[in-house]
Amino acid sequence: MNTSVNNKPRLVLIGNGMAGVRTLEELLKVAPDKYHITVFGAEPYGNYNRILLSPVLSSEKTLDEIMLNDEQWYVDNGIRLFKGKKVIRVDRKGRRVIAEDGTEAGYDRLILATGSDPFVIPVPGHELDGVVTFRDIHDVNAMLEASRSRKHAVVIGGGLLGLEAANGLLAQGMEVTVVHLMDCLMERQLDGAAAALLQQSLAQKGLRFLMAHQTEAILGEDRVRAVRFKDGTEIDADLVVMAVGIRPNAALAREMGLYCERGVLVNDTLQTYDPSIYAVGECVQHRGQTYGLVAPLWEQAKVCANHLAEYGIARYEGSLTSTKLKVTGIDLFSAGDFTGDESCDELVFKDAARGVYKKLVLKDGRIRGAVLYGDTLDGPWYFQLMRDGTPVDDMRQGLLFGQAHVGDSGHGSEAARVASLPDSAEICGCNGVCKGTILQAIGEKKLFTLEDVRAHTKASASCGSCTGLVESLLATAVGGDYSQAPAKKPLCGCTEHSHDEVREAITAMGLKTIPAAMQALEWKNPDGCHVCRPALNFYLLCAWPGEYVDDGRSRFINERVHANIQKDGTYSVVPRIWGGVTTPAELRAIAEVAEKFAVPTVKITGGQRIDLLGVKKEDLPAMWGDLNRAGFVSGHAYGKSLRTVKTCVGSEWCRFGTQDSTAMGIRLEQMSWGSWTPHKFKMAVSGCPRNCAEATIKDFGVVAVDSGWELHVGGNGGVKLRGTDFLCKVETPEEVEEYCGAYMQLYREEARYLERTAPWIERVGLSHVKQRIVDDAEGRRALHARFLASQQEAQVDPWAERAQGKEAHEFIPIQPVALREVHS
Amino acid sequence: MSWVEVGLLEDIPRLGSRVVRLADGDVAVFRTRDDQVFALRDACPHKGGPLSQGIVHGHRVTCPLHNWVIELETGEATGPDTGCTGRYAVRVEAGRVWLCLDARRAEARTVAQDVRVVSA
Repeated sequence: MNTSVNNKPRLVLIGNGMAGVRTLEELLKVAPDKYHITVFGAEPYGNYNRILLSPVLSSEKTLDEIMLNDEQWYVDNGIRLFKGKKVIRVDRKGRRVIAEDGTEAGYDRLILATGSDPFVIPVPGHELDGVVTFRDIHDVNAMLEASRSRKHAVVIGGGLLGLEAANGLLAQGMEVTVVHLMDCLMERQLDGAAAALLQQSLAQKGLRFLMAHQTEAILGEDRVRAVRFKDGTEIDADLVVMAVGIRPNAALAREMGLYCERGVLVNDTLQTYDPSIYAVGECVQHRGQTYGLVAPLWEQAKVCANHLAEYGIARYEGSLTSTKLKVTGIDLFSAGDFTGDESCDELVFKDAARGVYKKLVLKDGRIRGAVLYGDTLDGPWYFQLMRDGTPVDDMRQGLLFGQAHVGDSGHGSEAARVASLPDSAEICGCNGVCKGTILQAIGEKKLFTLEDVRAHTKASASCGSCTGLVESLLATAVGGDYSQAPAKKPLCGCTEHSHDEVREAITAMGLKTIPAAMQALEWKNPDGCHVCRPALNFYLLCAWPGEYVDDGRSRFINERVHANIQKDGTYSVVPRIWGGVTTPAELRAIAEVAEKFAVPTVKITGGQRIDLLGVKKEDLPAMWGDLNRAGFVSGHAYGKSLRTVKTCVGSEWCRFGTQDSTAMGIRLEQMSWGSWTPHKFKMAVSGCPRNCAEATIKDFGVVAVDSGWELHVGGNGGVKLRGTDFLCKVETPEEVEEYCGAYMQLYREEARYLERTAPWIERVGLSHVKQRIVDDAEGRRALHARFLASQQEAQVDPWAERAQGKEAHEFIPIQPVALREVHS
Repeated sequence: MSWVEVGLLEDIPRLGSRVVRLADGDVAVFRTRDDQVFALRDACPHKGGPLSQGIVHGHRVTCPLHNWVIELETGEATGPDTGCTGRYAVRVEAGRVWLCLDARRAEARTVAQDVRVVSA
């Protein structure tokens, strides 16, 4: 057996569960033909979603609905499946796997995914008929069977698993008593206040509780009859469910002589002490941690597959986990350290009448843990902030009210209770996707991640404002913790590296072209894709101003032809009107151009400019030539760049004006026009605190006061309304320019491509921006100088160049040389 | 079967495209990094977006309107999106690009090898 099959090395997976099969799926994605694969599974089924056993128990789902890979999947992928065959021995020297019935398979690489075993308290009577655990389909069937003829169920264990089992049995019509050793339910996930609310709701549903009770014995002759506690009391029981916990199943690994502690020890590449043997999932102990949730196992599967495919670039560095209770009608979310110590701060919100409780534990200005009860919509957001270590001091005031407390556009206040919405409710306002459609796709197409849902339904794929809603739908549909994006998000499918890593490498390794960056960072596709190429182009442009040659082929069409593509393939043209101040002569010139080129629509934009819509591409250079002659340059209404500086009339005309806001706006626009930024960048200058230019919803807003200028940053009036944060107050227009230039440069150098200033500031924290722009005067001047230096190259009017013939091929269709007839 | 010479290969930028205007609609002629040339009807199967304006990567183009990714060889949208746009046989001879005016779904290359070019 020591030969490969069809020249392919042999890969054997022991354990046909979620972690192991997921590893195979990840492997097949990146290296479909690399191995001849064999799977041994002890259970007589295909791979099913173990997380969803609770809904099966409560009859909310059927077994078919929770199957992940049916037998056809193994056939389709050329995988040999030995189901119902328990592996009892592995001969590491001979590289053979031997099952109980004598079935053997040789391997070159082996994956152990033996999962975990339920922990059974060894009290007298624990082996009686009618005592079950809650771990697999067999257990669920036993419980369903018992519920049909028996009445009294006792669930030992008031943790996640126990409560889900109790809820399921209650739904089957049994009288259920939950026995818990501690005086608080789910003490590993909840604090006292949340646990009390939970117990109250569950009691209302009909569950009974015996808190602080220690089981002494299970009584009965052949079959269980009662449970006795340490205090001597007894209760009747026809069915006892042991749900006190799980422990890694490392028995086989131990037998094989692999080093084990609580679980099989693995390194960051998921290899055990025998490098040809990998291990993933609940049987694993990594950096001292064992995991019983799905998200970590998903991450492990990805890393393990990457190494099996011999890419060798991924590392598993451990996971932070969050939990969600899968009991209908109860919303509960918990993550991290929710108790804290003296050095931690607690933020608590409690509205007992609405049944809402939220607690955040903060340490050093970052979220350490969260407990949410009743309203868990913001769970994923808090978890993300926690995983990213985002500084939250600056948003502390509104933190407990959630991400959307200032209001997202596209879906009204209904957002808060996605679970209770009807199937017809529109979730994604951009693409018109309803809740029912999303749930159906998740179920039928076996979607697990936000990206999957976006690809298949288009929900949350446009503006992204409904992402939180889609994530919570996903969480309800497929179980607690699927929806979490990995801690490190790759820039796109072409690479394993994140935005930040790519940026760092560009400067650290001196990468100066897109091909050089792709090669050095081991891009999977030689040309990249429409996501990474524009990002790389911007990063290189920002890192090497004056040196990097802009790659037009890596720019989105609008930036390549310097106009905005419209739905019918025509373009819109927006000439720059400095500070929104124009003249009759300019307006006449625009009018003439509009008539000459038969522009169908002329519109005033939100940024105080004039938009000429419906222009044919071939007409663009000639039109720009005419506009240039009238003194106009490109308005960059199409770019990830400075858009407009909106102004009010200020002290020149307004009876309330305190400063000349129009002149200030024009100065800022002349300094910053033409600059490329990670995303679009909008400014406004208002002449007094009445703020008619709406400066406090701009990326950079200036509000004049009698004694000078207030500077505001990080506002957004679009998808997600966000008022600016106050940065500081300065006295002179020169200072306004310096702070503005420095701020724009900091944004250019630090934000990820396609990240607006609002999410950027929320990610890095206002304090950081203040420190760099306000406190560090020398740093500010250096940033401003770098900004001005990059502007030297940037302030060349792209319209003038193209009007004079640059890139003519972009604008002129090919004229066929001659029509030739051919007869074949 | 009508073939037209649409110009020089070098008229089409690498990882780019040019449009050929025909009476019954525009044709987008793409050139990939490996200098292969493909031609598709210049309309995305989704909402008719001009594919000629998209970013070309590998043997694919991303539509500029809603980021559908279309296979240049087949005109098919890549999963999970579904749809197909008409494709045209195209070939390069001595640095010149020829386009077959009959939109087709048959394998372009085999057809192209059989035909003799006659000046009109």
